[in-house]
Amino acid sequence: MTIAFTVNGKRVAVAVEPRLSLADCLRNQLRLTGTHLGCEHGVCGACTVLVDGEAVRSCLILAVQAEGSEIVTIEGLSRDDGLSPLQTAFRKHHALQCGFCTPGILTTAHALLTEEPDAGEERIRSVLSGNLCRCTGYIPIVEAILEARSAYQKGEQP
Amino acid sequence: MRSLLNRYIGSPIERVEDLRFLRGRGEYVGDLARPGMLHAAILRSPVAHGRIRRIEAAPALAIPGVHAVITAAEIGALPRIPLRLQTSPATEPFRQPVIARERVRYAGEPVAVVVADSAALAEDGVDAIRLEIDELPVVADRHVSARHETLLFEEAGTNLAMKFTAVKGDADAAFRDAHYTRRARFRVQRHTALPMEPRGLLAEWDAASGRMVVSGAAKVPFFNRRTVAAMLGLPESAVDLIENDVGGGFGARGEFYPEDFLIPFAARSVGRPVLWLEDRREHLLAMNHAREMEAEVEIACASDGTILALRGEVYVDLGAYIRTNGLTAPRNVAQFFSGPYHIPNIRIGSSALVTNKTPTGTYRAPGRYEGSFFCERLIELAARDLGIDSALMRRRNLIADNEMPYKLARVEPGDLYAETECDSGDYAHAFDRCLAEFGWADKQKLQGRLIDGRYHGVAVACFIEGGGAGPKELARLTLEGDGSVTVAVGSAAVGQGLETVMAQIAADSLGLAIEQVRVLHGSTTLLDEGYGAFHSRSTVLGGSAVSEAAALLVEKIRAAAAQRLGCAPSDIEIGDGRAGLRGGPSLALAELAADRIEAEYAFANNHRHTYAYGTVAAHVAVDPGTGQVDLLDYLVVEDVGRIVNPLTLHGQVIGATVQGLGGALLEDLVYDEHGQLLAGTLADYLIPTASDFPNIRAISLEHRPSPTNPLGVKGAGEGGIIPVGGVIANAVAGALSELGAAPDTLPLSPPRVWRLAHPQ
Repeated sequence: MTIAFTVNGKRVAVAVEPRLSLADCLRNQLRLTGTHLGCEHGVCGACTVLVDGEAVRSCLILAVQAEGSEIVTIEGLSRDDGLSPLQTAFRKHHALQCGFCTPGILTTAHALLTEEPDAGEERIRSVLSGNLCRCTGYIPIVEAILEARSAYQKGEQP
Repeated sequence: MRSLLNRYIGSPIERVEDLRFLRGRGEYVGDLARPGMLHAAILRSPVAHGRIRRIEAAPALAIPGVHAVITAAEIGALPRIPLRLQTSPATEPFRQPVIARERVRYAGEPVAVVVADSAALAEDGVDAIRLEIDELPVVADRHVSARHETLLFEEAGTNLAMKFTAVKGDADAAFRDAHYTRRARFRVQRHTALPMEPRGLLAEWDAASGRMVVSGAAKVPFFNRRTVAAMLGLPESAVDLIENDVGGGFGARGEFYPEDFLIPFAARSVGRPVLWLEDRREHLLAMNHAREMEAEVEIACASDGTILALRGEVYVDLGAYIRTNGLTAPRNVAQFFSGPYHIPNIRIGSSALVTNKTPTGTYRAPGRYEGSFFCERLIELAARDLGIDSALMRRRNLIADNEMPYKLARVEPGDLYAETECDSGDYAHAFDRCLAEFGWADKQKLQGRLIDGRYHGVAVACFIEGGGAGPKELARLTLEGDGSVTVAVGSAAVGQGLETVMAQIAADSLGLAIEQVRVLHGSTTLLDEGYGAFHSRSTVLGGSAVSEAAALLVEKIRAAAAQRLGCAPSDIEIGDGRAGLRGGPSLALAELAADRIEAEYAFANNHRHTYAYGTVAAHVAVDPGTGQVDLLDYLVVEDVGRIVNPLTLHGQVIGATVQGLGGALLEDLVYDEHGQLLAGTLADYLIPTASDFPNIRAISLEHRPSPTNPLGVKGAGEGGIIPVGGVIANAVAGALSELGAAPDTLPLSPPRVWRLAHPQ
């Protein structure tokens, strides 16, 4: 069947099997490979994308469920060729090593700070606990998100 | 014109890798696609031990879109996976065939490969194969294994795959004469590296040219190329392994697994590119497990707490086969049991026993994490018995600065590192710094106190970290037409920031801006040889190779510039992208590139390891009602000789520490008595999350550079994890000391800690 939705500001129509997950649709059909699959059972959070502004695990919903929605993936988090304030803070704090979990963490953090630009450390850690990272120990990730808050508070993001 | 300046080494340079990773532009193996590409899925044994009666592939082949089903029958003579380390003819019977033919020895062993138009269809094919297995008695743990009643390999006549012994002095004599001895048993649970990217391979066979290209390589691409070429009957030059971005390794990814043969074989069979991506359940069953060991060990001390001797046996649950590096942890636990302590008499045996479980291999600090837990617990018990402050006892027994280089116990059967020595270090300096920064004097007063319903405990532990395994590493630097320099290095990237660190070293050595240096790594297309990323060796050997090759390149640039400018090479200075006379004429490096200036260097370290070292301190609060252990403070102080990039180093130390906390408190690959893995999802196999361990601090020192390499660096990727099991167990023991708790088993999960808090 054919479905249509918006990805990173672009309208797309794509033919999918009903059993296809949104993650597989984004990665394989639309070649947006920045969305990563770490577990395919909804625990690791690497595949998190924004669906109508909400952080959603794209391995846990079917592509057909995204019909008509607005999706933002990691590829859509920064507008031009530069880094967004959130990405800049990640680089400065060395909040990523292998980079595999990073897209899901950035989309999760972006959704959080858009909604709650004043989120405190405990709140950030609590929200982030749905995203697994095996490299960093999370400490620099939390530092980076705390630093990026000011951009969201001033409405500079992305 | 500026002479060579040290601008990058030692600075917290932001990583070059980040620009692609942060924008979703990394290219991991799962991101690759080729025209006509097919997908593979693997049927794995559902039982732990059995004889295959029948594999009926027809129902799978009947599915439209399924192209092939490959079993042992299609492969013919079955290659077996070689050992990469600790090779010995005695290991032959225990090597793993690339696919099961008649016998399966663990749940998860590959039985058939299905190749189809999509991954989903390939999985449909796997489900459709009819597999009949007659079950055999299961050897579920090392105790059953040691009875040798059910043998995994009848031809071997034993389940004991290998025994190592580490020896120094005369342990028996020391125990005979000692004032104090204490015996104890400990256990470390089976756990695993768990990189966030599961494994994957893309194999492309070009029948016309007879070439095989395999993407998805990691860690040791050159060894794996030799191996797969031999298995496929191809010359090595006809095979290339390509390293893409790699989503974490930690010792487990990149070793040669059955799939490293099966997927290229499948691609050659079907004549089309074949992509295989492991799913997480498959990963937990198929990738190397690690760490499952029990120890029955003793310590002997003088009345003042001077450690006189260690002796005893470690029993390693190896799983079903000896994989490429399966014997590394069993050997290491014996040799590195004594850690940073001056212990004159040692005899530690280590028996590797096969069981019907997933084979084991290395995971960050293999054998060292386990040995440190055993040794630190023994010291704590001894200090308590002797009425000595255990921190002071540790300090008193540290290897002294003036004892360097200090020989560790010799391990038998021997290998290139049977004898190894700590290269340099002022261990007491790191110890004192740690206790001072931690506020040990104050926090120690909390030991065992019940405050607001929680018992507080503190502990310290000391460690050494081996790094820089040889034999060598290669680097080639090429001056490009635009005046930039391309660095090709045989080291492999597994997410640790290799490109940045190598670029820093090259840029400083060449007097170039870091943006003018491009680093290529890992793939077999770049250099004739490469030795890869293990044993915290990349900065030590790869970095030294880059530094030395850069020095050669500088000489060549000077010679070329001197010829053009009509002066002596020694008059030429290089900087800011130019080479020329101070205050005189100069040439842009781009102008010299036409001379095809290139330098290659193979840095060999004569098998001398580096030994970073340090001390950690932990403060925990234990809730006796729930068994929950909260980490209130944790400090690691490590001297790494010389720091190339404090950002990435700090990342290694903190990241390794948190992995260690997972092993100490959370992670457990639980099996039942039938050899079935009960922790097959990330909902069952718990790794640390963002809310678990917020209080970790790290201080890195450059107090004693390594004499083994020109940079003075020491391998620093693993130190953080080594002491975690010991220091956490001792902090919990301290917290519950009033109750007489003696934690002897990891992980210290809530039920286990609750039982410690409620002694019968």
